[in-house]
Amino acid sequence: MTTDSGAISDVAETSTPMSRAWRDPRFSPANLFRSYGGLIAIALLAYALLVWAPGELTPFRLGNLGKYCCWAIAAVGIGLAWGRGGMLVMGQGVFFGLGGYIMAMHMKLEATGPGEVPDFMSLYGDGTMPFWWEPFRNGAFTMVAIIVLPALISFLLGYAILKRGVKGAYFAILTQALAVAFSTLLIATIKQTGGFNGLNSFSSFFGQKLNKSTKQDIYLMAAGALIICLLIVWQLYRSRFGELLVATRDAEARVRFLGYDPANTKLIAFVLAAVMASVGGALFTPLVGIISPSNVDAAASIMLLAGVALGGRSTLMGPALGAIAVGYGQSTLSETYPTSWTYFQGALFIVVMLFLPGGLASLWTKLKGLMPTRSPLDRRPVSAALAVGAEAAK
Amino acid sequence: MTASFLGEDYIEIRDLTVDFDGFKAVGGVDLTFLQGRLHFLIGPNGAGKTTLVDALTGLVQGTGTARFRNRDLLAMKSHQIVRLGVGRTFQTATVFEELTVLQNLDIADGIHRKAWSRIGARRRVSERVAEALEVIGLTDLAGKPAGILAHGQRQWLEVGMLLVQEAQVMFLDETVAGMSAEEREETGDLLRRIAPGRTIVVIEHDMEFLRAYADFVTVMHAGKVLAEGTVAEIQANPTVQQVYLGASKEVEVDV
Repeated sequence: MTTDSGAISDVAETSTPMSRAWRDPRFSPANLFRSYGGLIAIALLAYALLVWAPGELTPFRLGNLGKYCCWAIAAVGIGLAWGRGGMLVMGQGVFFGLGGYIMAMHMKLEATGPGEVPDFMSLYGDGTMPFWWEPFRNGAFTMVAIIVLPALISFLLGYAILKRGVKGAYFAILTQALAVAFSTLLIATIKQTGGFNGLNSFSSFFGQKLNKSTKQDIYLMAAGALIICLLIVWQLYRSRFGELLVATRDAEARVRFLGYDPANTKLIAFVLAAVMASVGGALFTPLVGIISPSNVDAAASIMLLAGVALGGRSTLMGPALGAIAVGYGQSTLSETYPTSWTYFQGALFIVVMLFLPGGLASLWTKLKGLMPTRSPLDRRPVSAALAVGAEAAK
Repeated sequence: MTASFLGEDYIEIRDLTVDFDGFKAVGGVDLTFLQGRLHFLIGPNGAGKTTLVDALTGLVQGTGTARFRNRDLLAMKSHQIVRLGVGRTFQTATVFEELTVLQNLDIADGIHRKAWSRIGARRRVSERVAEALEVIGLTDLAGKPAGILAHGQRQWLEVGMLLVQEAQVMFLDETVAGMSAEEREETGDLLRRIAPGRTIVVIEHDMEFLRAYADFVTVMHAGKVLAEGTVAEIQANPTVQQVYLGASKEVEVDV
């Protein structure tokens, strides 16, 4: 990390009368680092996930890592909506499930064969397939639906919620209620969606038999999608939109008096987060081999949040790394303590929010804050700083 | 001032009333804000000064009319009013503390850009932003987070944001409250510098500041206009003196 003192000395060196170039943010090393340091971190993660892991991990471990990557994709979206946009999205399981079920319907139809109906429909129903299953036989339609459907639904929902100025706890409760309603609906419609069993027993993925090498390809797709999502938010965070989003989060009324409708800014972040969650869900289904209401309900939504909170919700890498860590924790701890993992997860969320609201990523800044600052500007008494301002005003 | 009346911008307020469940915070105010002068709005606490500005900027619902460039401000939403060229500050300066001074001003500059351009990062500082940085004297602190600014500097940054968004009308709510004597002077000079060509309305309690910088004064009391005129006229007005001397009694009634 570049320290503050580095940034200051840079200003002092280059702010000669003939050059006002330091004012351009591109020329300050601190800002260069802030802008492009993220790319380095993404590149390191890409190397670990795309090059190192496939060569080193057993297929079982790799499959697990792929699962964490799917959660991480959804988590990156939550980081955008919650960390930068201030919207505590407690129901991302809905969009995760939307993508997961769309993919599952396609794979189920592929496994069923032409003219046949999925097994559970004969088992629980009268053996007829609902008409809205039919289009998902088509692979291209499925892929488009994974992006477009959650985008459409989140836009309509977000428009209704955000334009009315619903925020804070009310927004959180509303989205949480959606997750509860969605999983309840799935359980209640066993004839159409497989109910609490969910959808499983797949045999192929877009024409490829689900064997070891296909599974590795799907893993690479999940890891690749995670990297792409990180690149998207990296660009958003350094863009003017990213600045506006943070400004909207911190002082919504002020943004309004700068001529913006804050609802529009938040809506974009909300829709992007929903699409990312859907992509995560869509890749989760083939990797895990099943999608069921327990993957999309309130508890699943909170698990996603816990990872984001742990890693640091407003940072670039925090949400993704936090989600991978929580996923890993769930896999290993739930093997040893299958029942108490949920409690541990809830406790983790509470402890992080209480004692480290910025997540693990803020630990460094916190520790640095405990030490005396070395920045000459910060150490100056307020009156001196004022004098500078007053002089410049003349 | 010197400019002719024709071609000047102005806000013409007629019969403005703001009703909070039966309590008339502003009761039938007629007022005209003219371009090019520092118009001070004074009055005891609860006189309705801030509520009047809230109504003109879409923050609370008011009845009556407020004409500006052939539009009725009372029928518009906040962000639309801003886009028409009316800006304001708040009693407690609200700046985006995590963003730098430059970023704060750049967001205000967004009003001049297309929405699509926001996808990109900032490549250069716009002329408007660079100029505003000079005018408000924060050039040296451009790269610092606004959260570290002193009280007075925050208020200047807010004025700078209004400059960048090219607000033709500025409502400044108790801008010099809590400032040191030098900061007040700086602020007054700053307002003097930017007043020509703009309509500036200052809500103020500080009488010394008012005497030094006001071109025109409107005194409000209990939601109504009590008196209008130059500083000398207002100071000589017996009703105004009475209201200010008996202010402690009035506060209870008003709040």
